[in-house]
Amino acid sequence: MAKVEMTVNGKTVSGEVEGRTLLSDFIRGGLQLTGTHVGCDTSQCGACVVHVNGQAVKSCTMFAAEAEGAEVTTIEGIGGNDGSLSTVQQAFQDYHGLQCGFCTPGMVMSATALLKDNPKPTEAEIREYLEGNICRCTGYHNIVKAIMAASGQDVGAIAAE
Amino acid sequence: MYNFDIVRPSSVADAVAALGEEDAQALGGGQTLIPTLKQRLASPAKLVSLAGIAEMKGVCTGDDGVLCIGGGTTHGTVAAEATAYPALAALAGNIGDPAVRNRGTIGGSLANNDPSACYPSAALASGATIVTNTREIAADDFFEGMFTTALNEGEIICEVRFPVPEKANYQKFEQPASRFALVGVFVAKYADGVRVAVTGASNDGVFRWTEAEAALSSNFSSSALDGMSVSSDDMIADMHGSAAYRAHLVGVMTKRAVAAAG
Ligand SMILES: Cc1cc2nc3c(=O)[nH]c(=O)nc-3n(C[C@H](O)[C@H](O)[C@H](O)COP(=O)(O)OP(=O)(O)OC[C@H]3O[C@@H](n4cnc5c(N)ncnc54)[C@H](O)[C@@H]3O)c2cc1C
Ligand code: FES
Ligand code: FES
Repeated sequence: MAKVEMTVNGKTVSGEVEGRTLLSDFIRGGLQLTGTHVGCDTSQCGACVVHVNGQAVKSCTMFAAEAEGAEVTTIEGIGGNDGSLSTVQQAFQDYHGLQCGFCTPGMVMSATALLKDNPKPTEAEIREYLEGNICRCTGYHNIVKAIMAASGQDVGAIAAE
Repeated sequence: MYNFDIVRPSSVADAVAALGEEDAQALGGGQTLIPTLKQRLASPAKLVSLAGIAEMKGVCTGDDGVLCIGGGTTHGTVAAEATAYPALAALAGNIGDPAVRNRGTIGGSLANNDPSACYPSAALASGATIVTNTREIAADDFFEGMFTTALNEGEIICEVRFPVPEKANYQKFEQPASRFALVGVFVAKYADGVRVAVTGASNDGVFRWTEAEAALSSNFSSSALDGMSVSSDDMIADMHGSAAYRAHLVGVMTKRAVAAAG
């Protein structure tokens, strides 16, 4: 076991981890922040996406020890301190961008990372950016609409219903 | 996963020293190694993370027009910064998905030499030089078959040097579930000839299609490849495609790459 310290959602946290402890396990088990979901544990589904030093990463495919000293943001840190939703979260609600909600934390984290780098993405760019985020329910169209709306763009232009 | 220790050296020298210990293994972005560890297909006693080594990161162009990429540079950084070699930047920007690209590194990809990985074709088609902590290895001597390279135990890829071609293009026929190449072809045209490297197709891993190289060196147009095909004898056959299908795709993707290179 070794001590690891990092900043998660603006707070300094620390814990004892094994070498093999995944960042997703540290976040969920160690910090009890269970908004980060583990869907596949094989780097495929993107439900576990968090931001490490501002970049989207799959927390099931990174060791907690590698995040020593890093700034980590999870879905719990995306909204306002008063519980208000972020623009992306609100758009997911408004455009029905979720059904069971399992993929949603990862979708919101990926979408937020996309809009930081590319504030007005095209529909094609959104779909391409979400290649690593799998949704079993929605068929993606409403997720794409939500992200279009969150970026202040016209969602009517998206053809498929 | 079996347990192991993780160390995070900040210099190549310290990493090499740590890798000298028994059962130590390098950890790049972990995008291949962590899934492998989860399946217990590897059981190192110690992982030596290369992610904190500043001297192994970044993209730069030398005076001789050669693009140098640190072995610990992520696919995402190459996609954004290898502007001097657009075909290479495009290849990097199409590996996996954004989260994979934010972690996975060029050194890890080349060291792994997955028969369906993208980077090996770029290194081979560009006649790149793989610079390790002890020597320089020509791409032609580096890839030794599926998951096998010329690297010795504990040897680290510190830098990869790509001579920038006049024209180049990479065409990847994606395996839609994994997004790896079902077949990928990298074509690069230099003043002294054309090089064509194929990934995803052969049981021996990445290879050069020398017949196509000869034809394209005298006439750089997709019609120069008319009637030409590769043998399906050593091609990969799996649930995603038969050997004959892959052999056929090699021809198709090479033509597309030549057409796209312009
Ligand atoms: C969902 C998904 C999709 C993917 N899609 C693609 C794709 O389309 N195309 C593609 O090419 N790849 C793809 N990959 C693989 C990805 O590119 C990996 O990043 C890459 O193969 C390994 O790089 P890494 O830095 O993560 O290495 P690691 O996983 O850390 O290591 C891999 C191996 O290389 C060794 N190693 C690491 N760095 C070095 C170094 N500098 N010197 C010497 N040895 C080293 C390690 O010891 C290990 O044996 C995908 C991966 C995932 C998870
Ligand atoms: S749980 Fe990490 S990618 Fe699926
Ligand atoms: S809403 Fe159910 S998996 Fe996406």
